[in-house]
Amino acid sequence: MSEASGAIGSGSATQTRQYSTFRVADMFMGIELTRVQELLRYQEMTSVPLAPRAIEGLINLRGQIVTALDVRRILGLPAVASEESLPMNIVIQSDGGAVSLLVDEICDVLDVPLEAAMPLPENLPAQQRELIEGVYQLESGLLLVMNTERVLESAAN
Amino acid sequence: MEFAEEVREFLIESNENLGVLDQEIVELEKNPTDEKLIASVFRTIHTIKGTSGFFGFEILGSTTHVAENLLGQVREKQRSLTPELVSLVLETVDVVKAVLANIEERGEEGADVYHDLRKRLDDAYNSPSGSSAAPEHSSAAPANFRTGHAVDAMERAGAETPLENHSTSAFPLPAEEVTVMEAAPEPVEDEHLEEPSVEPAIHGKSETALAKPGVANVVPSAGSGANNSAAGSTIRVDVHLLDKLMNLVGELVLARNQILQGSADKTGASSGASQRLNLITSELQEGVMRTRMQPIGVVWNKLPRVIRDLASEVGKRIEIVMEGAETELDKTIIEAIKDPLTHIVRNSCDHGIEKPEVRVAKGKKAAGTVLLRAYHEGGHVNIEVSDDGAGIDPERVKRKAVEKGLVRAEQAALMSEWEALRLIFLPGFSTAEKVTSISGRGVGMDVVKTNIEKIGGAVDLFNRPGAGSTVKIKIPLTLAIIPGLIISLDNNRISRGMAVKREDRFVIPQANLLELVRLEGAEDWKQIEHIHGTPVYRRRGKLLPLAYLSQVLGFPPRGKERDVESDVLNIVIVQAEETAFGLVVDGVSDTQEIVVKALGKQLKSLSCYVGATIMGDGKIALILDVPGLARLANILPQQLERGRSEAKSAETNANEKQTLLLFRAGRFPRLVVALSMVARLEEFSRSRVEYAAGLPVINYREAILPLASLGAMLDPGVPDAAMDNGLLQVIVFSEGNRHVGLVVDQILDIVEEKVTVKRAKSSFGLLGSAVVGGKITDFLDLGALIEAVIGGPAEAQPSSSGAVLLVDPSKISRGVLRSYLDMHGSQVLEAPDADAALEILSRVPVALVIAAAGRAKSGGAALLDAMRGRDRLAAIPVLAILESGSAGDWCVETPAGLRFDGAVARTDRGGLLAFLHRLENIEAAREVSLAGSDK
Repeated sequence: MSEASGAIGSGSATQTRQYSTFRVADMFMGIELTRVQELLRYQEMTSVPLAPRAIEGLINLRGQIVTALDVRRILGLPAVASEESLPMNIVIQSDGGAVSLLVDEICDVLDVPLEAAMPLPENLPAQQRELIEGVYQLESGLLLVMNTERVLESAAN
Repeated sequence: MEFAEEVREFLIESNENLGVLDQEIVELEKNPTDEKLIASVFRTIHTIKGTSGFFGFEILGSTTHVAENLLGQVREKQRSLTPELVSLVLETVDVVKAVLANIEERGEEGADVYHDLRKRLDDAYNSPSGSSAAPEHSSAAPANFRTGHAVDAMERAGAETPLENHSTSAFPLPAEEVTVMEAAPEPVEDEHLEEPSVEPAIHGKSETALAKPGVANVVPSAGSGANNSAAGSTIRVDVHLLDKLMNLVGELVLARNQILQGSADKTGASSGASQRLNLITSELQEGVMRTRMQPIGVVWNKLPRVIRDLASEVGKRIEIVMEGAETELDKTIIEAIKDPLTHIVRNSCDHGIEKPEVRVAKGKKAAGTVLLRAYHEGGHVNIEVSDDGAGIDPERVKRKAVEKGLVRAEQAALMSEWEALRLIFLPGFSTAEKVTSISGRGVGMDVVKTNIEKIGGAVDLFNRPGAGSTVKIKIPLTLAIIPGLIISLDNNRISRGMAVKREDRFVIPQANLLELVRLEGAEDWKQIEHIHGTPVYRRRGKLLPLAYLSQVLGFPPRGKERDVESDVLNIVIVQAEETAFGLVVDGVSDTQEIVVKALGKQLKSLSCYVGATIMGDGKIALILDVPGLARLANILPQQLERGRSEAKSAETNANEKQTLLLFRAGRFPRLVVALSMVARLEEFSRSRVEYAAGLPVINYREAILPLASLGAMLDPGVPDAAMDNGLLQVIVFSEGNRHVGLVVDQILDIVEEKVTVKRAKSSFGLLGSAVVGGKITDFLDLGALIEAVIGGPAEAQPSSSGAVLLVDPSKISRGVLRSYLDMHGSQVLEAPDADAALEILSRVPVALVIAAAGRAKSGGAALLDAMRGRDRLAAIPVLAILESGSAGDWCVETPAGLRFDGAVARTDRGGLLAFLHRLENIEAAREVSLAGSDK
């Protein structure tokens, strides 16, 4: 669950925000926890012929039909190497209902100090720059915050 | 404010009453002496006035009070109801609506005191056309309306008491007495009303309504009777509550499906219980759905007022006729079609119906009619809005579209009438020369179409130039739970080095389903033919396009490209917007009730799905949108630019393109015949030909097919070698269960052309010649040829069309035409002239009228004019019979500028039957789309 990651250096209280983090290929990303409805392991999906490529299929979520988006495709990353690993689901809320993002692996929920925010790295491909709304420098590396609205939009095309 | 609930009640009830009031007042205008209407209108205004007083809404109260006085005079026959008075009353109603809206929004009546209106009402009240004792009623207007109320009561009690004594100053009534006043009118009213029991009912209703802080709406009010009958047996329920119920029932249906699946294997007590659960759930579902149904009259009853205002604004006379107002629709659908319907009606009034002078000049009634029709049909509700106006001019539409840059001039020139009409549905289109306040700006038919398609419906337009137009809307009865057929496609993939068999399931809504066909074995497979590479399936003599669902959905091509003939082929015959076609699938399961769930935003734009559902085993199945599939499969035209689609409506125009079979035989290098008449194209080895009674025949599909060499028939006496070929090219024609094979030399092509027979030939077997594909080509007179080969009519096959009415002064001619039709199996009626024809038309439903129109006195033209002027008859197609010599003149116009739906020469049996075929078998027009060569 959440680990309190203390402020860098002094023991004074700092502003933090909680992010649900996950991994896609070698990108370590996060979404604000308030936007996340639930986290699930692999769910069986029904494919939708003729749908945009980013839409991997539909999931039955307790009687609700939820669209599942392939984050790798949206970010322009190559497909999963082996068929062994099954994607996990991060279900987020959107104005059109719940949508599930398919990621390689779900990681912990982190308390991220706001002052660790940094500008976007220069070497990020254009396609991905659009979809990332912020970057934090953590001890373990960079955390890229996903811009969920743009991700949903680009999935429709 | 303690009164909040009651105020809400008051608002809702008043709005309901006002809705009915609009309609009643318009009715009243037409029948100004109808006592029941007057009484009803009076009562409604009186009720509003009374209740406003209770709440202290002074503006409302005093305005309605003056109006009530006026109506009181009318009721007492002291004044007659003139159109100006009606307008005044309607204006009052509008003011009431506005004030009520203010109250709803802000809790107060608003600043406007409506002095001017009240003054006018007062003036009307005091004007001399009323009889006795209407002296100066000094402006009681802004003053204490309760005073006026007292004056009222006094006035009635003592008829002719001059009012001065009671004006302004007198009777400042204390507030408590208001409630007493409520009761006071009652005994007085009883004397005047014919139905005294009614008043207490209304009174009682408003009491109980005030008492119950309940919630709102949804009582269907189908007319003025609603106020009275509604009092006892209905209850108001919040629409949101009903929505919740519907959702719960939906979930229950899903759960029941799951249980059913599970218990299908078990037996015993649990299965008994699940059976009961099944029954109960179905009934519950049906019941809840019905709570949300409202008659479409609820939407329609606003329209008389709309039309009345419109008509007077533009100086036209328009009547409205409504059929099927009791047809019920789900409430959400009613909400969705309110605006589109209003817009369509406004269009008819604004652009369709002509001014009275113009109409009279055209021989129509001075008043135009807007006809609204609604009826259930197979899981759908059809709504039609027809007018008997000028119709739509396709050329004008085309010009406008080109002007607006919606289409290029060259494309427009190629368009058929049907396609031109559809330009109206493009965004940005508006034919108004000047945009009036009525039809609005920018809110065009495209918005109407989008809104209707959003709820799963379809819009179409039918045009009768000079005679009016009809807009047809088709919407599904309910959105939430529909019966559907489960089908499956094999989706075999290689996964982790192994072949994985997977079946993907889809649902086809039963409303689109026509038939299921299973082909097994070589014999069955013969019913699938390939014309120019496009597979088609013959279903009872008609050719239907076939689409492989796996291909349409973009599945990877199968391992074996052509299915082996020993396999089983499942074809689902479906219907999309009046076009039938076959869908080839891998597996067909059963029909189930499925709960339709909407797809997410990202998938909404996919035209091939209507939604998705969760099956009994928890897996998801996509629900197919049949019209969307048809468009994807190129069976329906996708965009207007893809042109070359044929007319769907039964009102065929002889100038439309026809699909023709081009071939050569004997001395004729180029011959054509309408492809719709062709049953099959065959190649027979000469050795198969046998002789019966000296004539060549072939054993064909367990029947005997007589053969004849076409070349020899067209040119008797000239030696013909067609029958000597090793391989005979035969065109097989069928009429019912009788077949003829005409042997030709070579089949050349299938073409689509507009047919204009330039020169009528008198030689046997030919109709004439025309230019086809840039060259002179001869047209076959199929009727005469078939008759020559197989003789006269045998047993007729019952035709599915309605009766046919023949109109011709000559008995002999009628006999000849009748003989053509008898063999076709139609029911035939005869009439010697237009009058007799009209008499028959008024009694019997007729599907087609065939009228002689060549000679001046034959009456066909007069009959057409008379028919188009009458609503019921305007849509019946009329075929003109012309004399043989004038067969080149395919487009005949009457003096009034009306056109027949088609014209054939008297001897053109083939053309006549072709016309009949087109009317009946609209699918046959789809059979050979050259989309194959378009792609």
